[in-house]
Amino acid sequence: MQHMVIIGATSAMAEHCARLWVQAAPVRLTLVGRDEARTRRVADDLRVRSPQSDVQVMTSDFADATAIQRTVSHIVAQAAVDVVLIAHGVLSDQGTCQDDLLACDAALQINGVSPVLFAEAFAKPMVAANHGTIAIIGSVAGDRGRKTNYVYGAAKGLVSRYAQGMQHRLAHTGVKVVLVKPGPTDTPMTSDLKAKGQKMASVEQVAKDIVKGIASGKPVFYTPGIWQIIMLVVMHLPRFVFNKLNI
Amino acid sequence: MKPVSAWGRLSNDLHDVHVLTDRSHVATVLAAHQPGLAFGNGRSYGDVCLNPHGNLWHTTGLNKFMAFDDATGRLVCEAGVLLRDIQRLFVPRGWMLPVTPGTQLITVGGAIANDVHGKNHHAVGSFGDHVLGVSLARTTGEVLSLDWTQTPALMGATLGGLGLTGVIVTAELQLRRVGSPWLRTETLPYQGLAEFFELADASEHDWEHTVSWIDCLAGQTARGIFMRANPMSAPQAAAMPSLKAVLAAHQQKTHSQPLRMPFVPPLSLVNGLSLKPFNMAYYELQKLKSGFDVAHYEPFSYPLDNLQDWNRMYGPRGFYQYQSVVPREGGQLAVQAMLDAIAASGEGSFLAVLKTFGNREAKGMLSFPEPGVTLALDFPNRGQRTLQLMDRLDAIVREAKGRLYMAKDARMPRDLFEAGYPRLSEFLAHRDAGISSAMSRRLMGV
Repeated sequence: MQHMVIIGATSAMAEHCARLWVQAAPVRLTLVGRDEARTRRVADDLRVRSPQSDVQVMTSDFADATAIQRTVSHIVAQAAVDVVLIAHGVLSDQGTCQDDLLACDAALQINGVSPVLFAEAFAKPMVAANHGTIAIIGSVAGDRGRKTNYVYGAAKGLVSRYAQGMQHRLAHTGVKVVLVKPGPTDTPMTSDLKAKGQKMASVEQVAKDIVKGIASGKPVFYTPGIWQIIMLVVMHLPRFVFNKLNI
Repeated sequence: MKPVSAWGRLSNDLHDVHVLTDRSHVATVLAAHQPGLAFGNGRSYGDVCLNPHGNLWHTTGLNKFMAFDDATGRLVCEAGVLLRDIQRLFVPRGWMLPVTPGTQLITVGGAIANDVHGKNHHAVGSFGDHVLGVSLARTTGEVLSLDWTQTPALMGATLGGLGLTGVIVTAELQLRRVGSPWLRTETLPYQGLAEFFELADASEHDWEHTVSWIDCLAGQTARGIFMRANPMSAPQAAAMPSLKAVLAAHQQKTHSQPLRMPFVPPLSLVNGLSLKPFNMAYYELQKLKSGFDVAHYEPFSYPLDNLQDWNRMYGPRGFYQYQSVVPREGGQLAVQAMLDAIAASGEGSFLAVLKTFGNREAKGMLSFPEPGVTLALDFPNRGQRTLQLMDRLDAIVREAKGRLYMAKDARMPRDLFEAGYPRLSEFLAHRDAGISSAMSRRLMGV
C-alpha cells in the first residue's frame, strides 16, 4: 500500500484528493490537522469509503517549527512516505491584515512559513530514501501582488519561490516536488466569496487535477488549467494598466 | 446576497446564503442567521426550498460519511451527502438505498424532508420507511437525536416536514442487500387507463419496480408504456457474461463528463410544435423495445441524470411540475378527467408519469405518498394559461379527495393543501419558529 500523508487534512481540497486516492486503491493515509475532532471526522468518512485503507490521525501545532519537526519525524518513522500533500491555509482578509499586525503575522505564518517548514522537514528523510513526491498547494494569488489580497498572495508567493528552489535542489534525486496553483475554488475557505456570487471551480474537479498532477510529477500546474492563461496575462500587464484595475 | 432558483426556475430571487460545512457548528450558524431555511442540492421544483430575501443554509458541504456496518447495512452520514454518492460507493459492495426518486442528485436531508418515493413504493414504501434516526439542529441552538421509539412525534413531523422542524444534520439509513447493479426489465405498451390499471394490479405482486409513461395529449385513447423491473441476483447476472462489457461501458460513460444543456434557450423547447411529435416518437420508440431486457440501475432509475441542467430546456420562464395522488377508488375517473382537461387546454405536458402507490400509510405527518394512483406532469410556464389549467386539475384532485406533492408545488391554493393533508395541525405543533420558507408562508401563513 502506498503511504500518503496529508498536512491540513481538513482542507476541502485535500479531503477530496484523499477520497480519490482511497477510491482508486486502498492506501495507508496519515492525516495531520490542527483540530483533532475535525480531522477524525475526515478519517471516519474515508474509512467508510475504503474499509481496506489504513487511516491514521495526528494533530500538530502548525505555527511551531519544533512541533512540525516532531510530527514529521514521527510520521516517517512509522512508514516510508510515497506522497506528502501540504494543503493547509487560511484565506485571510486583506483589510484585517492591514489594520492588525498580529492578524497579518498569523496569515503570513499559516499560509507561507508553515507549509515551507513542513516541506523542509519531509525533504530530508525523503531525499535519504531517494523516493517520493512532495506536493504543495500554492495559489494563483502568489503570482502577482494585488491590492485585494496581497498578504495572502505574498505568503503563497513565498511557497512558490521555495518550491522552485527545492525543485532545483532535488532535480537529480528520486524525490519530486510539485507546486499546485489553484484558482478560486468552491471550498469552505471561499464560502464568503461564493455567497457573493463569485463563480468558482468545483472542489471535485480541482482535486481530480491535483491527484493527476501528483501522479505524473508535474513540477508546476494550474487548476483549472485556464488559470495558466489568465495569470500569464495578469503577470504581463504593464503597471500603468494593472494599477487601474480593481482586482 | 445571491440569486437562487429551484429546479423549476420560476423565480430567481436574492438569498443570503450561509454554507454549512462543519456539523458541530450547524446550530451556531442557525442561531446567528434566522429565520432561514435549509437548502440541499436544489432539485425540488417550486418554492419549498426557497426563502426569498432571507437566509438560506446550504447543506451540500455536509457531505461526510460517518459509519457503515457491513453486517447490517446501517449507514450513518451527514445530511448533505448526495444519494448518488451512496449508490456509487455501496452498490459495488452489495448494498443499495431501498428507495430513490427519479434523480439521485438530491441530498439525504432533502430526501427525508420531502419523504421521497420511487418506482418500488408498492414493495418497500417511501424513503422515510428506511430512516432509522436523524439528528436535528433547532434554531434555539439545541441538537436533538430523533428516532421512532424515543421521539416518534418529532420524527414523524420531520420526515416529510419540508425542513420546517429544524435542520437535519445527520441521518442513519437502512440500506438493503443487492446482488448486482442489474435489473431484469419488461416493457409493455398499453392503450387506455383501464389497461394501465390491469397491468399495475397484475405487476404489484411479482415486480418490485413499476412505472409508466403516458402520452397525455392522446385524450380518451391515452396510450402509454408500462415498465416493470426486478433486481437481478448475483448468480443471475453472472449467468449473463455479456453484462460485464455493458457495465464497463456504462462506467466509462458515467465517469466521463455528462451531457449538459449548455444555455437557456430564449423560449421553451417544450411547446406545441415539439410536444406532439415528441410524445408520438417516444411512444413508438419505446414500443420497439417491448419485451424483456436487462438494464443497469442508473439509466433505468435516473434517465435524466446524465443530461445536466435539463430544466433549462423550458426556457427563461421555467416550468411547473404538477404531481397529484388520488385514492384508487375513483382514481381512474380522476386521472382520465385530468388527461381530458390537458388535451382540451392545448397545454401539453412532456411525457407524463403514471404510477400506483402501494397500500401503505406513510410515516410522516405531511408525507405525500398514500394508497392510490399518482400522475406527474411538467408544464412550461406560459403564465395565466398554465395557471388556469392547473386550477382545473386542482378541482379534479379536490373532488377525488387527493393531494399534491409539495416537493414539486409552486402554486397550490391553501384550501387544497389543508384538505389534502389532514395531519397538518398535528404537524404545526412541531415547527421550529426560526424557520420559514416561501412555501410555508404561502400555505401555512408563516
